Amino acid sequence: MNKVVGTNVTKIDAVKLARGEPVFTDDHRPPGMLYAKVLRSPHAHARILEVDATAALAVDGVVDVIWHRDTRPILHTRAGQSYPEPSPYDTVMMPEKARFIGDRVAVVAAETLIAAERALDLIEVKYEVLEAVTDMDEALRRTDLLIHETPDPRGISQAGRSNLAAHIDKQVGDVDAALKTCDLVVERTYFLPKVQASHIEPHVSMAWVDEDDRLIVRTSTQIPFHLRRMLARILEIPEARIRVIKPRVGGGFGDKQELVVEDLVSFLALRLRRPVRLEFTRHEELVAARLRHSQRIVMTTGVMKDGTIVANRMHVTADTGAYGSHALTVQGNTGQKVLPMYPAKNIHFIVDCAYTNNPISGAFRGYGAPQGCFALECHIDEVARELGMDRLELRKKNHIRLGDTDPLSAKLGEGKEGLVRVVHSTSLEECIVRGCEAIGWGDKRPPTQPYFKRGLGMALAMQGSGIAGVDWGGATVKLNDDGSVNLTVGATDIGQGSDTVLAQLCAEELGIPYDKVLILSSDTDFTPFDVGAYASSTTYVSGGAVVKAARRLREQLAGLLGTKWECDPGDLVFSEGSVTEPRGRSMTMQDVALFALYEAKIQPMATESHMSNESPPPFAAQFADVEVDTETGQVFVRKFVSAVDCGTVVHPRLAEGQVEGAVAQGLGYALWEEVLVDRAGKVLNPHFLDYKIATALDMPELVTFLVETSEPSGPYGAKAAGEVPIDGPAPAIVNAICDAVGVRCYRIPATPERVWRAMKEQESS
Amino acid sequence: MTIELILDGKRTALEILPGQNLLQALRGASRFSVKLGCETGDCGSCTVLLDGEPVNSCVVAAARAAGRSVTTLEGLLGDPLMQRLQRELVDKGAVQCGYCSPGMLISLYALLKQDEAPTDRDVREALSGNLCRCTGYVKPVEAALAVAATLGGAS
Repeated sequence: MNKVVGTNVTKIDAVKLARGEPVFTDDHRPPGMLYAKVLRSPHAHARILEVDATAALAVDGVVDVIWHRDTRPILHTRAGQSYPEPSPYDTVMMPEKARFIGDRVAVVAAETLIAAERALDLIEVKYEVLEAVTDMDEALRRTDLLIHETPDPRGISQAGRSNLAAHIDKQVGDVDAALKTCDLVVERTYFLPKVQASHIEPHVSMAWVDEDDRLIVRTSTQIPFHLRRMLARILEIPEARIRVIKPRVGGGFGDKQELVVEDLVSFLALRLRRPVRLEFTRHEELVAARLRHSQRIVMTTGVMKDGTIVANRMHVTADTGAYGSHALTVQGNTGQKVLPMYPAKNIHFIVDCAYTNNPISGAFRGYGAPQGCFALECHIDEVARELGMDRLELRKKNHIRLGDTDPLSAKLGEGKEGLVRVVHSTSLEECIVRGCEAIGWGDKRPPTQPYFKRGLGMALAMQGSGIAGVDWGGATVKLNDDGSVNLTVGATDIGQGSDTVLAQLCAEELGIPYDKVLILSSDTDFTPFDVGAYASSTTYVSGGAVVKAARRLREQLAGLLGTKWECDPGDLVFSEGSVTEPRGRSMTMQDVALFALYEAKIQPMATESHMSNESPPPFAAQFADVEVDTETGQVFVRKFVSAVDCGTVVHPRLAEGQVEGAVAQGLGYALWEEVLVDRAGKVLNPHFLDYKIATALDMPELVTFLVETSEPSGPYGAKAAGEVPIDGPAPAIVNAICDAVGVRCYRIPATPERVWRAMKEQESS
Repeated sequence: MTIELILDGKRTALEILPGQNLLQALRGASRFSVKLGCETGDCGSCTVLLDGEPVNSCVVAAARAAGRSVTTLEGLLGDPLMQRLQRELVDKGAVQCGYCSPGMLISLYALLKQDEAPTDRDVREALSGNLCRCTGYVKPVEAALAVAATLGGAS
């Protein structure tokens, strides 16, 4: 039966991508296209009093310069979330007050990029420089210095009164009371850096007005449908006048779950009646795109002597930067996606998320869980050490199991109350066994140099599959003469391969070869709605819609053939491109299509929607084998093992690719990556030269297992794979460093300097 | 202004702007396989062959290409070695978003032209200037070694 699902079919777009075909946003050049560039604030906090563009406009080829006087201050959030968004409406297209170094001040449109860049240097701006606050604790204390002063229509936790952007306080049981009954209470504080998604294709968009006076936006985005709605609000035009097209996307990782440049090209295209294109430089990516929130997490855990975790408290303080996009929900996820791993009777989760005059934070793969998982999984090792218990045994004794209820799920959903989550599929136990075996747990290998020390570390992780009760997508399947089908989905392929996986699910359900499925995704004029590519939702949620639509198409065909053949439509078998009835009569799908279109004169076609009230957790057990140079503090990861339960694996190579890519990003989070922002709010390392992401030479041996389960609520038993493997690498590596040299890095990245200092402090104490 | 060069094997007059880098000039000449990732010579997405050597075209002034030979992926689509590399990248699942793939292909092509029996380390060194955020490099390295194994020098 399973002929397409579970096989490594050729990724649907791989050939054209490997040929370098012009399939990305910027590979299209409408005639007469103008180049836009943004003038950014050099001040972290300043009123923009006056912009004089006289000299800039005199540059040959410069067509227009706009600033806040030219726009209307329509409050919105740039977070790409379902309406009504749980993020605050604290943003306007062109602000009157710059709130971070890099905030928008003016925008130039010119005939050439070079002219636009020259014009930026010639714009004169009068600022009223204000005191800036870049420390999140200070920002939370200050009520005299407000980054967002006006009480806004909705969404900011304490609008106009403080810099608190978002606050959560949810409790199950009574942690304070429970802690008093515990044999041991362990409290530690963990620190997480700002990091950047660093998709290789920068943010890039172009817009033009077509011959029907409609605004066409071609853009590298994860959220085409949310974007259409947001643009309609910001530009004050109806959604019907806007068409968003998503071509191939060169990676997103959450950083494109956000309106970052689309409003500017759209505004200029409408104003100038010419195509306008805007592409970020790498410098802008690191300064003015989005960062993963930096956090300080205090973990307080109460255990009994036998290792039973009785109470767990996580207190998160986070920096959202100048704007609050995803402020509530990312921080909510830090606890929601992480704490249920050890479902204690008493759990307390607190968040204080501050506005500061730092660059903006937002969505980045894992969406808060990498921070929470680092704190929790390091903390479990600390608790085990204090308790004198084996760290693996402590995990095994307490981790969530099949049939368990996620204790936080009812209290905490997407920025509101959630839905109860019960684990209906998990192979976590087997993931642990397989991972231990592959890393050689309990059998530490000797160091390769006399001055190296070697250690092993592990971490467990869980995530979700879409947002329960919120995320949904639509799919349409239409049969063509030759037995092929057009599959149209709103779901958004950003390189992860969702077009391929969705085509596989469609082929499987219709019993046709994979290459008979022609997929078109993410064009707001031609495809059904989908929330977009985020929250690990596409295979699970959008895949559900595809399976439903294909099933309904099959039922239509079965109805036609049942009448023709005078048999029960339910007895027809769709397999290998043919339909067969019990007595053996058979038709190819092509003949079925010809019969439907030319005899029955019916277009077999179905549209279905799918939403799930569940968000089944995928699981991962991840293991690191590291060596530490005791003379320099440098850490070498020798081997990294991931055992992942993502339910049924639809495409093994693509699923492995998700894990391997996530581990590479997690390795950077553990050891190298940090967007350094000084006290004035200035990013100190805005290039790949000094914001280092993993190269081919930095990667250890990776071992990846996909330990399948069958999730009852998922399409063919599938769950999500995209985010869960990014959670464990940092804690597994830091736990391994601790195993090797006996000191813990409470702050990542665990740079040589930090590891060396920690070792020296231990020696001197 | 115009420069003369050998572009993808053909004598070509290329229109360039003062101060323009080779990356932008090539994209202006519809060589869209040459991708912009950083424009500071750090990511390798814009890798092309300049007189046969892989370079980051973003840090080469377009004017410096005058009189020289520039080869992009578009110019190698008919080349058997390039076709094998493309096939293996596709088959091994080394193409995720595909934005870095053309640059990687040029680097691997240059490697295999010089060395038909590279080690895992050699392949990683050849790719070390091509940043990829999707794959963790596992499958691209696997693909390159698979192609090398079919070449004459392989053991």
